Amino acid sequence: MKFSAGIPSGPLEEKWDRHRFELPLVNPANKRKHQVIVVGTGLAGASASSSLAELGYQVKTFCIQDSPRRAHSIAAQGGINAAKNYPGDGDSIKRLFYDTVKGGDFRSREANIYRLAQISNHIIDHCVAQGVPFAREYGGLLANRSFGGAQVSRTFYARGQTGQQLLLGAYSALMRQVDRGRVSLYPRHEMMDLVVCEGQAVGIVTRNLLTGEVEGHLAQAVILATGGYGNIFYLSTNAMHSNASAAWRCHKRGAFFANPCFTQIHPTCIPRSGNYQSKLTLLSESLRNDGRVWVPKNAGDKRAPESIPEGERDYYLERIYPSFGNLVPRDLASRQAKFQVDAGLGVGPTGEAVYLDFKDAIKRLGKGSLSEKYGNLFQMYEKITGENPYEKPMRIYPAVHYTMGGLWVDYNLESAVKGLFVLGEANFSDHGANRLGASALMQGLADGYFIVPYTVAKHLVGGAAIAESKKERALKETCKEVEDRLKKVIQVGGSKTVDFFHRELGGLLWNQVGMLRSEKGLIGAIDQIQGIRENFWNEVYVPGEAGNKNAELEKALRMADFLELAELMAKDALARKESCGSHFREEYQTPDQEAIRDDENFCHVSVWESKDSQGKDWILHKEPLEFKEVSLSVRSYK
Amino acid sequence: MVLKLKIWRQEQGQKDGRFESYVLEELSSDMSFLEMLDQLNENLVKKKKVPVAFDHDCREGICGSCSLVINGNPHGPHTGSAVCQLHLRSFKDREEVWVEPFRAKAFPVIQDLIVDRSSLDRIIQSGGYISVNTGSAPEAHSIPVEKGKAEEAFSNAACIGCGACVAVCKNASASLFVSAKLSHLNLLPQGQAEKKSRALRMVGQMEKEGFGACTNTGACSRACPKEISLRSIARMNREYLKAYLSSD
Repeated sequence: MKFSAGIPSGPLEEKWDRHRFELPLVNPANKRKHQVIVVGTGLAGASASSSLAELGYQVKTFCIQDSPRRAHSIAAQGGINAAKNYPGDGDSIKRLFYDTVKGGDFRSREANIYRLAQISNHIIDHCVAQGVPFAREYGGLLANRSFGGAQVSRTFYARGQTGQQLLLGAYSALMRQVDRGRVSLYPRHEMMDLVVCEGQAVGIVTRNLLTGEVEGHLAQAVILATGGYGNIFYLSTNAMHSNASAAWRCHKRGAFFANPCFTQIHPTCIPRSGNYQSKLTLLSESLRNDGRVWVPKNAGDKRAPESIPEGERDYYLERIYPSFGNLVPRDLASRQAKFQVDAGLGVGPTGEAVYLDFKDAIKRLGKGSLSEKYGNLFQMYEKITGENPYEKPMRIYPAVHYTMGGLWVDYNLESAVKGLFVLGEANFSDHGANRLGASALMQGLADGYFIVPYTVAKHLVGGAAIAESKKERALKETCKEVEDRLKKVIQVGGSKTVDFFHRELGGLLWNQVGMLRSEKGLIGAIDQIQGIRENFWNEVYVPGEAGNKNAELEKALRMADFLELAELMAKDALARKESCGSHFREEYQTPDQEAIRDDENFCHVSVWESKDSQGKDWILHKEPLEFKEVSLSVRSYK
Repeated sequence: MVLKLKIWRQEQGQKDGRFESYVLEELSSDMSFLEMLDQLNENLVKKKKVPVAFDHDCREGICGSCSLVINGNPHGPHTGSAVCQLHLRSFKDREEVWVEPFRAKAFPVIQDLIVDRSSLDRIIQSGGYISVNTGSAPEAHSIPVEKGKAEEAFSNAACIGCGACVAVCKNASASLFVSAKLSHLNLLPQGQAEKKSRALRMVGQMEKEGFGACTNTGACSRACPKEISLRSIARMNREYLKAYLSSD
């Protein structure tokens, strides 16, 4: 199948402007005749819903939570980047663009990132106008802080709750449109499948999570903003209900999946404490602005951190990367932590942790100033671990946090299925092989507020007309398939819980498709994933019925999809015979454990097309990446 | 450690429920309260029994999904945290622990520990926003905000919409929730244009949803996981009165 990213021609700086001019407009009187479905109410989904409704489209918005305000964007802590250059430290649209291309290790599209950097400033303007209470200086103007992978301060923040404040802004805009009757809201509804008719997305099938009812919804376009798939690892910083199913169902209906092996492992999380653990908690990377990461110089040093003298501590990030120090990008910070732990230098009861120490920052800035910046993070740490980080260094360890991979989209954010648009973490577009801190919020809001409301018009105006009767028939068939799938998983009637399989899969992925990957490990993992999948379909037990509220059934269906996606992640990691960003293959490294990228053979997006409804077979396409503005170079933070 | 649980069970569509007893053994004190419920549910599923339904999602105290009353306290014994941030180290070995849903006329129970809190969404819908369309905003630095005001607005905006304030209130009043949103927006220069209509509409919607009146006991502020101040309610009353007296 042929596909194209559809990057507009012309100079980089003018592409988006020109493209917007060339996009068709929909007559204001006709907009209300167009029905658009939005799935998900995080930053991307809520902002898209409200913006489309403001323009006059009729919007149906779905979310699995009891309220749209609870989507997982709410938990983002650190901040949102923008190229405002308010601190006057040399930032510009071009520099934000450059840092993001480099941070992603040259595995993303220049044109998309340039557009993102251009839009970043409008996002800040809009959010301030909505009343998002960003941190401010005494003069009343906005404050900024620095984040990993950048040498300028361009991150806007609202204490450690930036995601919450941005989402509440988008949620309020969404609820304003609900009040005006332009958005119909469907909380506690899960998307079960995409309805495709004559190659176009024409609707979705949902399950009402309270009544179990399977319902069909037709529309002229479907916008997917359902987040990432990090929960596949069982333990991650994602919310408990975050899942890949909506995206995976679209993949099975023809949407391509891009770079599934690019998974971000975040360096500053609270280490796990026992087998009962249900999730991991992230601590914003902004902590690395003032905290210093270290391990003891001698393996097996079991002394309390405060009794280890300065001379016997290894501040390894400052040693290895003198120019960026503790503020290297996430992939490097995580991998180095793993190397320390693997070398026996890890600390804490499990030995799977490194220290993040605020002793010097407390001396320099005082406790009060530190508490103003990070108070809620310190409190969160103390609640979970029972230790006070003002007195003892924090123990941190990397955890799965974000997925750069996702459904393939073109420059319009449209997938390989016409009329299906994918936004935010659910798409693959802007972060390449590694996302920089404070860029996820920027991308989610850029996609939702400023890109899709315009690009969707191309499909609404230009999409081929399909007879209503055909759409109805496709809808009915898809509903039937969903009902069959529900029955099938209940009928297994085995004896093991869904979580049993999830823990098994998660452990396997963490070890073989996590921070370090190897050919041997990946081949073995693919085999084992297939085994777990077979066992799941023979041995899982789902209590109750499909016809009412059933949390175990919800989990079981999400798990079935994870078991297919897991295989594709391993296959993608196996096919990419290089190390880049978050993807580190043991075979491709320098003697001092830095990544060896292979631009000659792998400067492309891996685009997977599903060939088999059982999720066993794929065709790999390649979208070549061209770097005209930023020359391909070895990423160095030393 | 061992815990003796008394958990509210109520079938879907039923008007009433009852407490059921469960004993859990060999628990770790580092486990979170919700992880303990996960374990209970996994045990129940293994015995082919119906697991306990409860709302939860982020498990880090920010999404506002969890809605449990533990031994009479919404979100459990600690101040300033949600129930997902509660760990078993806060309980004594062999302690009896009573778990029930948030209860209020405006929060009907759906099943077991799950309640319907869509009334809170409808209150936001009635005016909890600043009307600005995408693309029409002025440059961000053209609106300076006094630092103290920005901080106060933030402290109110921190509300996670869980409804613990309602659950703890003897009148089931939503005054703390409504006043937090009203304070957040009305304190900021951006929120001034709709100040009056926002106060009138949001307070009106709160009454329509069947929440009770406020008698200033302060229980809400003590139960609030984000420790929103009772001053916000005073501000709401002031804003409402001013708007009411000066409206046409």
